[in-house]
Amino acid sequence: MSWKSKDLLTLEELSAGEIAHVLDTASSFKEVSTRSVKKVPALRGRTVVLFFHEPSTRTRISFELAAKRLSADILNVQAASSSLVKGETLIDTLKTLESMTIDALVVRHKSSGVPQMLASVTKASVINAGDGSHEHPTQGLLDLFTIRERKGKIEGLTVTIVGDITHSRVARSNIYGLTKLGARVRLCAPPTLLPVGIEKMGVEVYHDLDKALEGADVVYVLRLQLERQKNNLFPTIREYSMTFGVNNERLKRARKDAIVMHPGPMNRGVEISSGVADGSQSVIDDQVTNGVAVRMAVLYLLQGETNEKPS
Amino acid sequence: MPPKIKAVIMESRDMDRALTRIAHEILERNKGLQDLALVGIKMRGDVLAERLALKIKNIEGTAVPFGAMDITFYRDDAGTHKPDKAPSPTVLPFDINNKRIVLVDDVLYTGRSARAAIDQIIDFGRPTFIQYAVLVDRGHREFPIHADYVGKNIPSAAKEQVLVHVKENDGKDEVVIAETEEGQ
Repeated sequence: MSWKSKDLLTLEELSAGEIAHVLDTASSFKEVSTRSVKKVPALRGRTVVLFFHEPSTRTRISFELAAKRLSADILNVQAASSSLVKGETLIDTLKTLESMTIDALVVRHKSSGVPQMLASVTKASVINAGDGSHEHPTQGLLDLFTIRERKGKIEGLTVTIVGDITHSRVARSNIYGLTKLGARVRLCAPPTLLPVGIEKMGVEVYHDLDKALEGADVVYVLRLQLERQKNNLFPTIREYSMTFGVNNERLKRARKDAIVMHPGPMNRGVEISSGVADGSQSVIDDQVTNGVAVRMAVLYLLQGETNEKPS
Repeated sequence: MPPKIKAVIMESRDMDRALTRIAHEILERNKGLQDLALVGIKMRGDVLAERLALKIKNIEGTAVPFGAMDITFYRDDAGTHKPDKAPSPTVLPFDINNKRIVLVDDVLYTGRSARAAIDQIIDFGRPTFIQYAVLVDRGHREFPIHADYVGKNIPSAAKEQVLVHVKENDGKDEVVIAETEEGQ
C-alpha cells in the first residue's frame, strides 16, 4: 500500500486500506516515543506550519510534538497575532507562507471546508486539524488506532457514540473511519443534537442511552459544544446530564470489557462522570499518547512524492 | 510483478554453513560473548541475527541478547522515499550503553543502510563498538563502510538485484540474483 495524496483533509476520502496503512505506520512511531531520544531524522529540514484559527491545546501541542519528533522545523501562526487581524485574506496569508517555502500546513478553522480551499491553491501538504463541524481526520485516526490497539481489531465491534453529534467534527470522522473498517456504529443524542438524515452514513440512531449502550464494545462520549450552539437545543445542562451523561451505573449495560473514549476537553459531570473518566475502562490518556504517533505517521506519509523500492 | 530470478547463489545449507562460520568468527574475534549483543536490520537481518544468536548459544552454552531495528526513519532518503510497506517497530530489549554490538544485515550494497543503522544505534546509547556482519557483500559501495564478517562475496552488476530469502518471511532459505524490475 503506497500513499498517493498530497493532503489529509477528510477520512471520507480515504480507503480502508489507506487508513490501515496510516495505523500500521503509527505503530512504529509509537515505539519512537518510548525511547530516551524521542526523535528520528525522517523530516529533517522540512518546515511545518501550524495554522490555528480556533483555540486548541491538545491538537496543536500534539502536532507540534509530532513534527519535532520527526526533526522538522515548526512555525506557529495564530490568527489573533497574524496579519489576518489587519484584513489580509486567508489565501494571501498562505501565499506569503508559501513564498517562504513551507512543506506542510496544519490548519484548524471554525468554518467547514477551509482546509480543502487552501489545499487547492498551495503546493504544500495540507492537514485538516479540524474544520468547523465537518471533520477532524487525525482525531478519527488516533481513535481508530486506540480501539485497534485495545481490541485487536475494529471489524465487527459495536461502537456507541454519545452526545452532540450535530456540532461534532470528531463524530463525523469517526463515523467514516469506523464504518469503512467494518464496525457497527450507534449514535445516541437528543433529536436536536442529531442532524436529519444521519442514518444515510450507515449508522443506527438511538435516543435512549441505556438501549444504545447495551452490549457496546466501545463507548465514545462527545463533548457538549456549548460554544457552537446558538439556540436552546435542550432545556438545561443538568437535564442533559441526567438523560445522556455516561456514569458508572449506566456503563454496566455495555460489555464488561468495553472501553470508554472522549476526545477532550471533558466537561466532567456533564457528558461524562469523573468515575468513568478516571475509571479502569477509560482509555482517554491512551488517546492522547497515540495522537502524537498517529500525527507523526500522517506528517511522514504526506511528505515525499516517490514510492521507489528500497535498495 | 515479482523479479525474474537468474541464478541461485546460495541454498539453505550454504546459508547455514556461512552463518555457523560467522558465529565462530564473532566469538573468536571478541574472545567470547562478554557484553556482546546482536542487532538485526529489518526485514531480513533480524531473522539472521536471531539465527546467529541461536548458533552462538549452541557453541558457548550462554544466550546472547539480540534485537531488531527498522531503519526507515533514518534512511538518507527518508524525506522523499516511502516504502510501500509500513515500517515495523524497533525492538531493542537491552541497554545499548557499553555493549559490544554486532550489526547484522542480509546484503551489503551501497553502505547507506549501515550508515542509517549506526546513526539509530547511537540515538539509543553509546556502545563500546559496533561491528558489522552480512550474509552477502555484493560490492558497489557508495559510503566508506566495510563488513567485519561476510558470508559470501557476490560480485554483481548494478542493474541486478541480490536477494536473500529466509524461511520466516519468504517460505524458503536461499540467495538469488534477479533481474531488476522494469522502471527501477
